[in-house]
Amino acid sequence: MIDPNSSLSHLDLETPEKPFLDANELVINMGPQHPATHGVLRVILRLDGEKVLGLECVIGYLHRGVEKIGEHRTYTMFNPYVDRMDYVAAVSNGLGYCETVEKLLNVEAPPRAQHVRVILTELNRIASHQLWLGTHALDIGAITPLFYTFRDREEILKIYEKYCGARLTTHAFRIGGLQYETYSGFEKEVKNFLTFFRPKIDEYEELLTTNRIWVERTKNVGIISGKDCIALGVTGPVLRASGVKWDLRKAQPYANYKNFDFDIPIGQNGDTYDRYLVRVAEMRQSVRIIEQAVEALPEGPIMAKVPKVMKPAAGEVYHSIEAPKGELGYFIVSDGSTQPYRVRVRPPSFVNLQALDVMCRGQLVADVIAVIGTLDIVLGEVDR
Amino acid sequence: MAPVATPFFFYLFAAIMVIGGIMVITRKNPVHSALALIVTLLAQASVYLMLYAPFVAGVQIILYAGGIMVLFLFVIMLVSIDRSIRERQFNSQWVVGLIAATALGGLFIAVYTKGTNIFPEHALSIVESDNTQQVATMLYGQYMFPFEIASLLLLVAIIGAVVMAKKRI
Amino acid sequence: MGQVVQYIRSYLSSDQTPGAAGNMFWALVYIMLVFGGLSVAVIAMNWLERKILAHMQVRLGPMRVGPHGLLQPIADAIKLLLKEDIMPAEADGVVFWMAPFIVVLAAFTVFVVVPFGPTHAITDMNIGILFMLGVSSLSVLGIVMAGWASNSHYPLIGALRSSAQMVSYEVAMGLAVVSAILMTSLNAEGTGTLSMIGIVQAQQAQGEWFIFKFFPLGLIAFFIFAVAMVAETNRAPFDLAEAESELTAGFHTEYSGFRWSLFFLAEYSAMIAVSSIAVTLWLGGWLRPFPNLLNSSTWDLVFSLFPGVTFLLFAAMCFYNAVRMPKHPLFRIQTIGLAGFGVVLGLIGLVLFLPAVSMRVQDIFWFAAKVAGFMYLYIWYRGTFPRYRFDQLMQMGWKVLLPMGLGVLILTAGVALLQQRIWHP
Repeated sequence: MIDPNSSLSHLDLETPEKPFLDANELVINMGPQHPATHGVLRVILRLDGEKVLGLECVIGYLHRGVEKIGEHRTYTMFNPYVDRMDYVAAVSNGLGYCETVEKLLNVEAPPRAQHVRVILTELNRIASHQLWLGTHALDIGAITPLFYTFRDREEILKIYEKYCGARLTTHAFRIGGLQYETYSGFEKEVKNFLTFFRPKIDEYEELLTTNRIWVERTKNVGIISGKDCIALGVTGPVLRASGVKWDLRKAQPYANYKNFDFDIPIGQNGDTYDRYLVRVAEMRQSVRIIEQAVEALPEGPIMAKVPKVMKPAAGEVYHSIEAPKGELGYFIVSDGSTQPYRVRVRPPSFVNLQALDVMCRGQLVADVIAVIGTLDIVLGEVDR
Repeated sequence: MAPVATPFFFYLFAAIMVIGGIMVITRKNPVHSALALIVTLLAQASVYLMLYAPFVAGVQIILYAGGIMVLFLFVIMLVSIDRSIRERQFNSQWVVGLIAATALGGLFIAVYTKGTNIFPEHALSIVESDNTQQVATMLYGQYMFPFEIASLLLLVAIIGAVVMAKKRI
Repeated sequence: MGQVVQYIRSYLSSDQTPGAAGNMFWALVYIMLVFGGLSVAVIAMNWLERKILAHMQVRLGPMRVGPHGLLQPIADAIKLLLKEDIMPAEADGVVFWMAPFIVVLAAFTVFVVVPFGPTHAITDMNIGILFMLGVSSLSVLGIVMAGWASNSHYPLIGALRSSAQMVSYEVAMGLAVVSAILMTSLNAEGTGTLSMIGIVQAQQAQGEWFIFKFFPLGLIAFFIFAVAMVAETNRAPFDLAEAESELTAGFHTEYSGFRWSLFFLAEYSAMIAVSSIAVTLWLGGWLRPFPNLLNSSTWDLVFSLFPGVTFLLFAAMCFYNAVRMPKHPLFRIQTIGLAGFGVVLGLIGLVLFLPAVSMRVQDIFWFAAKVAGFMYLYIWYRGTFPRYRFDQLMQMGWKVLLPMGLGVLILTAGVALLQQRIWHP
């Protein structure tokens, strides 16, 4: 567990003036407008020279009250809003919400819908990891991978666009299944993408994995132990890179992940390099899952029978899925009306961001950038 | 090439040096003082050039202006400037300073008046083109031992600085 | 009047640089030529960097201003000149104002001694290389001043980083340079030289570029210099001083408009300057490849064709791309412009085939070609490498390059001594 003395409130910004010549301690404000804070994260750093003595995250610059909006919309109307939380993994957000409401309504999506959901969600995981890889490498100074990953992410977005008309905030799923049948040639295009994409992962790795500078910049940087991860509630690739084999797709299978064969890549050291390797390996596993799902795509209906006006029985439900960034959970309380009484989202980015202080202590300023990148946070999801 | 307008340039650089030196001790902001010192050192390098000592001039620029003064600035920049301006200047030793300045001034005047006896009347016959080679021959031939001693002295100084700065090594 | 003409003419028969010959008129002409050429090179470098980097990163780069963005640097320059010049309220005015000029001055002054040919230099100094290193080390002053005068945290950290970086890499760089200078003393008299022209002439006399001298000692020294020079110019992967993901823009964060463009100009001309040092010291300066192996007059003729052929190739590229331009009327002016540019380049190429011209510009061509190779390397580094962290950078400078430099220096001295005393008594 973390030392209580190192709690976040230690940052005394009104430090009395130090004696002459001892001007080593420096309080620096990073963000909310800073090129490497991935949006509007504000970090207050206390530095000794370039060494980080402690830091505090200031969030809320992108707060839109998504949870509160949920209380004033019907279950169906709230569905598009969840896409705006983690906007680089909108499909996953939609999947989590739809499944939670389905659980509340006690319906299950038909197998074909489940398969398509898995395909789109895994494609989304690849897209999210691509965006992470590009920006993370950019933060560390390698500008080229960004363009490579965005070039390939484009192919995924094209599939989305053809499927549901949107590229980023897709709103791809409906409660009870899918609204749209797949377009003709969907399977072929997904398969084409897989054959196109496999060598591209090698290309990314070629640029980075054995690059001396990349290894030096990421190895032993931002180390967090598996124990600390669990204590802080950190999930997703960050947790797995610390050697904890915990993936909700295996631990509590949702959709129909139990039908697919895939591995959970884990790391050993819990450093930035391991997190990089884990995410790259996850891309490969996602390719495997999509391949199986496309092969076994069943025929049949795409919507389960759900009432036009949804009035779930009073009660509460928590359901979580493995989003690209970690455990994405929805806790919905129903009072039997058409609108949820309370929607609470457990966003992986928000919880993972807590680990920033632990991971950055004693590192250098340049490492803070690397660690923010490796946590893979999306501020839309942190602030909601 | 032959020097052009030697007196003009000499007095120009001498004036820059004197003004720079006065700025060094009168500016309250230490960064400004350091910058004035750099100007003085550069003017000095120019005077060396006029004395057919290009090597010394080059070394002056590299070591003093480009190296040592950068480290000076480095330290000064980290000091809170506002505080140091408010701080009392080191004026308390003005008696000693006055005595030292008078003595030095007296020395200069004495040298200037008796200069003809001390210095040779004819101009030195140093050729610019092989000045560097001559410096090298001198340093590594005739004055090999003092040169090496000087480097040893610097080594001792470095070790001393490290010992003083680092509490534990 | 006649005297003036006589004065101007008198230089033409001498085989010295205008500075050494003491001819003010030609010295001024050379100064204007060098600085004009340098500005053009910086502008070309700006376009090439964006274009090459873009193609490395599967994008097109500038395409809108002029055909293939050829006029982009000019558009940028106009934009920068018209921009508002902002000075932070709490900045130290005088220092803030002076900093960019010092950087530019240092970066430009070094070109006084760069030898583009045996007589194509503004002047030849007895302490040439020392002068170059010394004056280019002054640019760090400007950077420190800029960082401090901005009175802001990020520029201050950027300035601290870059000054620490430049001071420490200067040491390794100096050692590598000394080992090359040591090689110049391998002649009958046993005296070396610091003069830039003298260094190239020594390579010519010894019939070997210093990069191949005492293999692999010359190569290692060159390698040390090649790494240190990237660090000296604050370029990727050593661009910590302006690491935009960490320090926004480093020491020039608070600068805008014209002042900022001066820093930009200084950075690129410093890159060209250090590349010229590397070319002069290790790659035989203005000498053409294989001056000794292929030294018949036929080969002389073949190599003298290179400048013209290069320009014709550029012209061919222009024509090829003009043909490939979309046939839409909107692109007509661009197509004509590109073809016209190709015609100009082709005419220059044809002029360069004239024996009288080609013999004169050959030296400059080979020098520029070698420097251009280094410029390409700079861009390539930037497209490939992530950025080093500060402590790793220091570690590399002090713990890897410095001992290597010392070792190479001692070994070079030892081998040189052996060669002089034993093999050629």
